[in-house]
Amino acid sequence: MRRSIGTTTAAVAALALAVTACGGGDGGDGGGGAAADGELSGTITYWDTSNETEAAVFKAIAEEFATQHPGVTVDYVNIGFDDAQNRFKNAAAANEAPDVMRTEVAWVADFASLGYLWPLDDTAALENQEDFVPQAWASTQYEGTTYAVPQVIDTLALFYNERLLADAGVEVPTTLEEVKDSTGAFEGAGAVPMYMRGDDPYWFLPFLYGEGGDMVDAEGKKVTIDNEAGIAAFTQMKDMVDSGAAITDTSDGWENMMGSFTRGEVAMMINGPWAINDAVAGLGDDLGVAPVPGGSAGQAAPQGGWNYAIYAGTPEEESPAAFEFVKYMSSAATQQRITEELSLLPTRTSVYDVESVRNNEMVQFFKPAVDVAHERPWIPQAQSLFDPIKENVQGLLIGSASPEEAAKSTGDAYRDILDDWLD
Amino acid sequence: MAEAAISRLKRGTRLRRSLSNYWYAWAMIAPVVVVITGIIGWPLVRGVFLSLTNANEANVERQIGVNKIEATYEFVGLENYLDILGGSEFWDRLGWTLVWTVSCVSITFLIGLGLANMLNRSFRGRTLYRMALILPWAIPAFVSVFAWRMIFNERNGILNNLLEGQGIAGVHWLSDPTWAKLAVIGVNVWLGVPFMLIAMLGALQSIPPEHYEAAEMDGAGPWQRFWNITLPGVRSVSMTVVLLSTIWTFNMFPVIFLLTRGGPAGSTDILVTEAFRLAFIRSPRDFANSAAWGVLILLLLVLFAISYRRALRKQGEVW
Repeated sequence: MRRSIGTTTAAVAALALAVTACGGGDGGDGGGGAAADGELSGTITYWDTSNETEAAVFKAIAEEFATQHPGVTVDYVNIGFDDAQNRFKNAAAANEAPDVMRTEVAWVADFASLGYLWPLDDTAALENQEDFVPQAWASTQYEGTTYAVPQVIDTLALFYNERLLADAGVEVPTTLEEVKDSTGAFEGAGAVPMYMRGDDPYWFLPFLYGEGGDMVDAEGKKVTIDNEAGIAAFTQMKDMVDSGAAITDTSDGWENMMGSFTRGEVAMMINGPWAINDAVAGLGDDLGVAPVPGGSAGQAAPQGGWNYAIYAGTPEEESPAAFEFVKYMSSAATQQRITEELSLLPTRTSVYDVESVRNNEMVQFFKPAVDVAHERPWIPQAQSLFDPIKENVQGLLIGSASPEEAAKSTGDAYRDILDDWLD
Repeated sequence: MAEAAISRLKRGTRLRRSLSNYWYAWAMIAPVVVVITGIIGWPLVRGVFLSLTNANEANVERQIGVNKIEATYEFVGLENYLDILGGSEFWDRLGWTLVWTVSCVSITFLIGLGLANMLNRSFRGRTLYRMALILPWAIPAFVSVFAWRMIFNERNGILNNLLEGQGIAGVHWLSDPTWAKLAVIGVNVWLGVPFMLIAMLGALQSIPPEHYEAAEMDGAGPWQRFWNITLPGVRSVSMTVVLLSTIWTFNMFPVIFLLTRGGPAGSTDILVTEAFRLAFIRSPRDFANSAAWGVLILLLLVLFAISYRRALRKQGEVW
């Protein structure tokens, strides 16, 4: 009989994996809103998802809030970006989520649809909301309610090594065709034109938008990734590798991309403003930034960025402090400081008028790019749409699927995820 | 199964007498029964129930601060199971899971037995060797797996640097489905050998040395001694560790998830990583389907354990 108990234990572990996530959800108070007057108090737990370079700045800024409000303690926690969506969900369902969370723009609708976020309309968290850049503001809305406040906005761009381009006698390319044509010129310089991420589906989007495609048509509730533009995007990606214009990996793409770019093994990479500090550390003045190379339908990169959201289960008596904290973090003054120290893009239009921001080289470049960035579908399933792309791009790159098969299989996965859509 | 039912019945008739005579014994085991029911029974029942519904993250009951959300999921019977068994996904994953389990367990066992044999004699520095061989076990699995991931890195990894230093083209360790499969098996074997080694060493040391002496006196060669004394001697321990190891490997989530995330293109996804994907990566999280995968995994393992025990019994193993 000892064996059978052992078997059950081991097997139940597998099952428990599937089950534990849905246990929580009790507790919390459903009382009315008795806001505290006067001095703020309580502990604000803030989960930050910024990378190592950014974290130091965000931490300092967040902790300054506590020095301004002696009754408030700020508990800054950096949870990294990779698994943040999951960790917040696990914590939220167990009523252990942080009071304030830095959420990716596409997570807002997801968290809000599950009831995890505090509706922010008419709270102190929102100040001068007309000031926000409209695209950034759009990502905070779910079913007509505001659930977040924009922190930074970003998009992808082409980072290039000026010295390598000059050595090879290559102009900054504006299309993928030009990137491919430059392959021969870079051979002499001992480099490959571009590093293309094959392991992160977000990096597939410039290819998709460049061919005039999109993942889904959220308005019309239709899956569009497997139409002709979608197939063309997969074809384009495959062709970049086959023609020798790009190198890629289906795992550890970030390290390999940053490594080969800063060592000068590739002349270009596609990346966002969050990589500026690291890229400058590696290349110094040789770093140049330009719009992403276009496909047959033009240049376009996805709109990304981060918002602040407040957990719906934040205790009533601590909520005033949380509102104030979010207001402070998203204020024009804080945004200006973030831009000055990290070159990240503000989400308030008024901040772009400040001289130090206006003169920031990266802002000068990225602002026009963000203005024309492609908005992503702000639907609860938005994040789920990435996994099928990841899997099929890998399949495409290792040669186990043709562009048509990859597109079709991605579309089928979408119809499975979006099963309440007509198509 | 039938035995269990009969013994339960017998127990029932004796219950009253036992209660009056041995109440203290019952009181002593009560906490264990409660805990086991709580931590194993309840999740199990709950999991089976969920697998028969369409529960997901958006329709289960939860209360978050001021928001109270009622459960709205429905009972759908065997629909989830029919969908899973009717599609190709499950069978593809099952095929690879079996290949993964059988190769990991057999390679680990052979290496473990071999090393144990080598260590089961006195020589200088034996303790040192033993310590070194246990090292993989002492390092947390995720640390080892991350280290391996760096070793396998195609561009900067040690393995490819070594190969390229010898003039051999680098291998797409984690980007090529076949190499990725070999890589995950390799890492799992590396992690699993210490356990096998220790278990087999223990088994070897329980064989009385007189048997070997007697065999030697009778003129038995090394192979004959190995076949006729060592193997029968370690048999019962082997059976246990192989069973345990099979169950662990079947559900070995961290190695696959951390090394390849199931990639490239899902080629190294085993059944549990797929169940995890449904429950944690998809949004809204699909609890019902994930639970159904979990129940299927449980059924497969229970069937395996039962047939394994039957097979052993037929060979006269009392166990």
